[in-house]
Amino acid sequence: MTSLDPTLNQEKLTQSSQVAHKHEEEDNRMLGFIIFLLSESVIFLSFFAGYIVYKTTAVDWLPPGVSGLEIREPAINTVILVSSSFVIYIAERFLHKENLWGFRIFWLLTMVMGSYFLYGQAVEWQGLEFGFTSGVFGGIFYLLTGFHGLHVLTGVLLQAIMLIRSFLPNNYAGGQFGVESTSLFWHFVDVIWIVLFILIYVWQ
Amino acid sequence: MTVTSNPEQLIPETPPNWRKYFSFSTDHKVIGIQYIVTAFFFFLLAGVFAMIMRGELITPEPDLLDRTVYNGLYTMHGTIMLFGWTFPVLSGFANYLVPLMIGARDMAFPRLNAAAFWMIPVVGILLILSFLVPGGPAQSGWWAYPPQSLQNPTGNLINGQFIWLLAVAISGVSSIMGALNIVTTIVRMRAPGMGWFKTPAFVWTVLAAQLIQLYGLPALTAGAVMLLCDLSVGTAFFDPAQGGDPVLFQHFFWFYSHPAVYVMVLPVFGIFSEVFPVYARKPLFGYKIVAVSSLIITGLSGIVWVHHMFASGTPGWMRIVFMASTMLISVPTGIKVFAWVGTIWGGKLRLDTPMLFALGGLINFVFAGITGIMLSSVPIDIHVNNTYFVVGHFHYVLYGTIAFGIFAGIYHWFPKMTGKMYYEGLGKLHFYLTFAGTALNFLPMHPLGLMGMPRRVASYDPEFAFWNVLASLGGFLLGISTIPFILNMVSSWTSGKPAGNNPWKAIGLEWLVSSPPEHENFEEIPIVIAEPYGYGKDEKLTENLGG
Ligand code: HEM
Ligand SMILES: [Cu+2]
Repeated sequence: MTSLDPTLNQEKLTQSSQVAHKHEEEDNRMLGFIIFLLSESVIFLSFFAGYIVYKTTAVDWLPPGVSGLEIREPAINTVILVSSSFVIYIAERFLHKENLWGFRIFWLLTMVMGSYFLYGQAVEWQGLEFGFTSGVFGGIFYLLTGFHGLHVLTGVLLQAIMLIRSFLPNNYAGGQFGVESTSLFWHFVDVIWIVLFILIYVWQ
Repeated sequence: MTVTSNPEQLIPETPPNWRKYFSFSTDHKVIGIQYIVTAFFFFLLAGVFAMIMRGELITPEPDLLDRTVYNGLYTMHGTIMLFGWTFPVLSGFANYLVPLMIGARDMAFPRLNAAAFWMIPVVGILLILSFLVPGGPAQSGWWAYPPQSLQNPTGNLINGQFIWLLAVAISGVSSIMGALNIVTTIVRMRAPGMGWFKTPAFVWTVLAAQLIQLYGLPALTAGAVMLLCDLSVGTAFFDPAQGGDPVLFQHFFWFYSHPAVYVMVLPVFGIFSEVFPVYARKPLFGYKIVAVSSLIITGLSGIVWVHHMFASGTPGWMRIVFMASTMLISVPTGIKVFAWVGTIWGGKLRLDTPMLFALGGLINFVFAGITGIMLSSVPIDIHVNNTYFVVGHFHYVLYGTIAFGIFAGIYHWFPKMTGKMYYEGLGKLHFYLTFAGTALNFLPMHPLGLMGMPRRVASYDPEFAFWNVLASLGGFLLGISTIPFILNMVSSWTSGKPAGNNPWKAIGLEWLVSSPPEHENFEEIPIVIAEPYGYGKDEKLTENLGG
């Protein structure tokens, strides 16, 4: 070190090492979160595998009196959920450019779309003439849509927290891990839904 | 040594004395010891269940216990041994050792770490409480196969099986939290200079084991959720009477639970790989291959599960495929055995207690491997499936290998963890009693199985009496063997001789710090310059801390 004032140098060093430390912690958390999502996806994969086994081996697949699932409403729901993934991406872009209001508006829009999806799901459930005790089909249908719905709900709640946090002063000084991970979670929920939609509604 | 206080740290101060072990500490060393001690409590409890079972089995008649009580006992014995002892004690080792071995100050997520630990007592308490509900604890064995696990004679929502599933689910959440913490720590927090091929073999095995948790455990969770729905709200997933498929549960279960055997045995392989070089004063033979073979096991263990279901109406082509994959997985395992033998070969062996347990574990493991390969061949498995041959085989793995490895690890790192030396004489006594007890208890189970004695029965045909008496005597001997162990641990910890930083003259970052290590382990983060296990080579392990 060539600096003449060793204490000054020391101070600079600790400062920059603290910033580096922060970064490192953020990266750790992101890696941890990605690992968590990968692991979580195995639960869904297992349910999907179960679904395929049931569907291909069942003697009476649909419960008596049920001829199939209505696909129109779920398709609309799908379009909305998938688009919301783009909306949340835009929100994130705004945050990167430090445009807080742009972020908030698009973030809120994502929440509205997610909530609409949940509403659509609830309406669909209400109209069905079978329950979760209606054979294997009824069980796995409600299990899959319900478990996924829980994830959507979690996503919306996380988004609400992030939205509130965006009004707290100095909130993003320590990085944007919360927003980034919520957004990643949302994409995850979205991809799962696409597979689920194909398995349950398209492949009838 | 001064510990610089970091103003950014919101982490609560840890109380200084023994009370820290009862607090929500975030120090990985405290958590590690919390795991280990809690686990040993469950070891003793499940051991008592085993004694009672062996007491019942000493005579052919069901004279001591009611049959349903026997069912509850083996279910709880198996469950608590696995989810209360083996997994937590190994999490404890991983917690304690990994940051020290890789030169980190703590785990990546200290608070998550503490939260994961505190779920373990909850699991244990739930399982114990299940003895008190009407109908008693779960009785469907540690694997909870439906339709047995769907029977609910009391009709209560809160029944033994329900609590069992709840406890297993909590233990699963805890394991996932632990796993992502450990993996992140190993991937991101190794000291400067510690490339993958300078990372100790134990760390590799922990990484490999935790990766299995991450891909395997969720499958079991999925099956458990479905089972819980069947049991409590009346869905039909696994209920054959309503068109459900009980074999599907078996797939979920074994997709995790075969790899789970590797979750348990890999860190023990890691302990062997750390212990042998120290007491043979030679580098770990084939270190790099040993390291990588762990990850190969991680991969292969995901494709062998059906070998547990050869007798479950599995189609022929599937049997062949899984028989082949099972035999394949014995290759990386065999490589490790070969490497340990190569390490010991021609070394100047020091037969201290850790080395004795490691050697004993290796011998038992070779034996378990032979019976294991026998079991993986379909014709034999069909014959001995559900007999005592299987019980003998897996106890040779679980007790003969895993418990031995854990004891080796306990004695080896005891001086580091406590700063005190254990009493060698008591340690050796513990070893000899355990080795004899293991043989006497579990060897007779093999002839019993070949003769056709089924497992999970409280009474049996008198022709099996001879071997059962031997096995029971062995069981009691194992019970006795824990006495010198506990005496040793308690008295050494409270009044043993100071051990010094490196009593074994071992090479490794954990031996460069004080015993027990300071709060954040390293005053200065080590810069690693050499491969581990440089025994007999004249080189320094680190640039700044020597070694
Ligand atoms: C003192 C040492 C031990 C004795 C005497 C003992 C004895 C027994 C006995 C008698 C059974 C029941 C066999 C049957 O009726 O089918 C059993 C089952 C079992 N034991 Fe142990 N055991 C010991 C240690 C262990 C350890 C250390 C572990 C694991 C780490 C373990 C894991 C199991 C498992 C998983 C089962 C199967 C339970 C089931 O059938 O669902 N045991 N043991
Ligand atoms: Cu297996």
